[in-house]
Amino acid sequence: MTRLAMLKATAASAGILLPLAWGGVAWAQDAVNLRMTIWSANEAHLALFNEIAEGFKATHPNVSVTFEPLPFENYTTTLTTQIAGGNPPDLAWIFETSAADFVNSGALAPLTEAFTNTEGYDLADVTEAATALWTRDSQLYAYPFSTSPFAVFVNNDLVTAAGAKTPAELIAAGEWTWDNALATAKAVADNGKDGLVIRDFNYQTWQNLTAFWRGWGANAWSEDGKTCGFTEQPMVDAMTRLHQAIFVDGALPGPGENVDFFAGDAAMTITQISRASLLPKDDPFDWDLVPLPEGPAGAYSVIGQAAVGAFANRPNTDVAVEFLGYMTNPENSEKLAQFFPPARASLLNAETLGKTNPLLAPEQIENVVIAGISNGKVIAGHTNFAQIQQTIRASLDGLWVADADVPAVLASVCQGVSPLLMR
Amino acid sequence: MTDHSAAPNQKRPFWTIARKDAAAGFLFIAPQTLGIITFVLVPLGLVFYYSMHEWNVLASTFTFVGDANYQMLLRDPNLPPVLLASAIFSAGLVVLNLSLALLLAVLLDQKLKGIVVFRTLFFSPVVVSLVAWTIVWSFLLQANGGINGILAVFGIEGPNWLRTPTTAMISVVVVQVFKNVGLNMILFLAALQGVPKELYEAARVDGASPFKQFRRITLPMISPTILLTSIITIVGSLQVFAQIAILTKGGPGVSTTVLVYYLYQQAFQFNFFGYGSTLSILLFLIVAVLTFIQWQMRKRIVFYEN
Repeated sequence: MTRLAMLKATAASAGILLPLAWGGVAWAQDAVNLRMTIWSANEAHLALFNEIAEGFKATHPNVSVTFEPLPFENYTTTLTTQIAGGNPPDLAWIFETSAADFVNSGALAPLTEAFTNTEGYDLADVTEAATALWTRDSQLYAYPFSTSPFAVFVNNDLVTAAGAKTPAELIAAGEWTWDNALATAKAVADNGKDGLVIRDFNYQTWQNLTAFWRGWGANAWSEDGKTCGFTEQPMVDAMTRLHQAIFVDGALPGPGENVDFFAGDAAMTITQISRASLLPKDDPFDWDLVPLPEGPAGAYSVIGQAAVGAFANRPNTDVAVEFLGYMTNPENSEKLAQFFPPARASLLNAETLGKTNPLLAPEQIENVVIAGISNGKVIAGHTNFAQIQQTIRASLDGLWVADADVPAVLASVCQGVSPLLMR
Repeated sequence: MTDHSAAPNQKRPFWTIARKDAAAGFLFIAPQTLGIITFVLVPLGLVFYYSMHEWNVLASTFTFVGDANYQMLLRDPNLPPVLLASAIFSAGLVVLNLSLALLLAVLLDQKLKGIVVFRTLFFSPVVVSLVAWTIVWSFLLQANGGINGILAVFGIEGPNWLRTPTTAMISVVVVQVFKNVGLNMILFLAALQGVPKELYEAARVDGASPFKQFRRITLPMISPTILLTSIITIVGSLQVFAQIAILTKGGPGVSTTVLVYYLYQQAFQFNFFGYGSTLSILLFLIVAVLTFIQWQMRKRIVFYEN
């Protein structure tokens, strides 16, 4: 090797290595870049968030906020991997089912004092029912920006084509019960389309069945989270009815079948009202939005929540908390309400929500959204939810076959999950 | 007396030819070495280090727990079924993959017009993206998917492939075999074409049947390739992840939860990074032991010409 070649080689490797070494040096400046992880990649949502971030810049010219959409399916896994890798975001959306994990861990910065001191914030306006899950020792750790009731979207065209009464007619007659709803679903399924889709359940995400079994008064576990509820009689009754509806009546699509209500393939779907944005814009069918049917245990409603929290012990935690206070102040909450049902009592009226949800009729807003948020109970979460979810999912797989022994499978669910609930 | 004192003005240059060559050599291997240190050795050491800690990501606590995670390995009620699923998957994959690859290679080892087309056809899945391949199969294997559609033409009501424990395991094995059988087939084909033709001629003269020729000549002559492909396939089978994540997510029950998927669940879904690291140490040991055994077996089974 000639000296020149040697010099070249040395220069080349230095050219590769030195920037790598220097790249890690942070340039200390006043500019603050906040990053918020979210699970929506909806352009309208992002436009609104960016608009709010721009508004914050007016008073904090040195602060920029970027919104980083992560895939919905692996959201929490991706988020915790970022944290494990030493690269947590400054702010993050959190699912209601992971609330206990995040709130109890000490990972999030407390918000109550900062919000109380923010002028015009009016923390008392945010309902206690909405913040319960996100509060520990009367300290708020994440703001529930979306409190979205589960409801039933209906394709009236398919229902009438099958010769059944529409849910609206059933409600008017006081007959909107699960038995009649499942009978309607069966009629449409017998007519060649699909009946009822419990959206995002897919025979995996069993917690979405909460919107079904609460009608029987069933719960996955007790209030204190210590006792498994799958062997209680209401749960056995609810699951027996569901199993019959799937495997005897064909009222719901079976395991492994992908059916999309919003493509016009099913009579009804249970989902959160924020999914109204999926309704077809061109060539729409005659759709309706109605509350969940009454179960044997009477009328009920179920809420899914999403909150946003700021991570504690980060270089810019204070700014992140301040931004969160700005993002969820009364004015911005009203803007957010067009996509995410609000937790502020002052916004929970048909007039405000009607302005921001032009798709929904006033009585739909009154009967489904406002009544749902006011009376609904949030889907149950638990500390260590991911492992509990997975354990129950594995046991429940035994239920999704035609000849399943429902009580035996439910007993195996409790046997598997009880040690985890006790911890 | 040293050179220095003997000829102070004629100091020998530091860069002797030997040193120059050595330095150049080190520079050439530097990128590769850096890569191995950064992406293999350091992570391996870290995984071992993590496996002796309890790491709560959310609370950002990191506590030394000694061998507690290893104790948990012994008490984990899920581990036996997971190891069983891994063993069934690997055994099924190796047997099916190697026998199918060898069969295809023998069939395609002919001097026929257009045989290249068939070789290309069977090899083509190897170059398809694994995830794309698996997603297409997930559609085909649905209850109302393509496979059952074809079966229905013949009046057969197919099972719900991915939702029944036995058929779910068979499905993930077969999807994986079809994906990679072409690679082993090509390796076998090359080995078959390397077998000296005069051996077969001599055998024919001695009146050996085609089966006997295969048994006594072909198999021994390609045994080094059989060893190689079986090591590659077994090690590969223990690393299966994407197929499980896409097709079954480890279900139904835990029937297709293989070791890699289980450690992913523990570490990344349940946030037990310490225990997840312990599981990867277990996986590392299993792969090391299996490879060692296979390497030892070569002395007894594999035939080398010289």
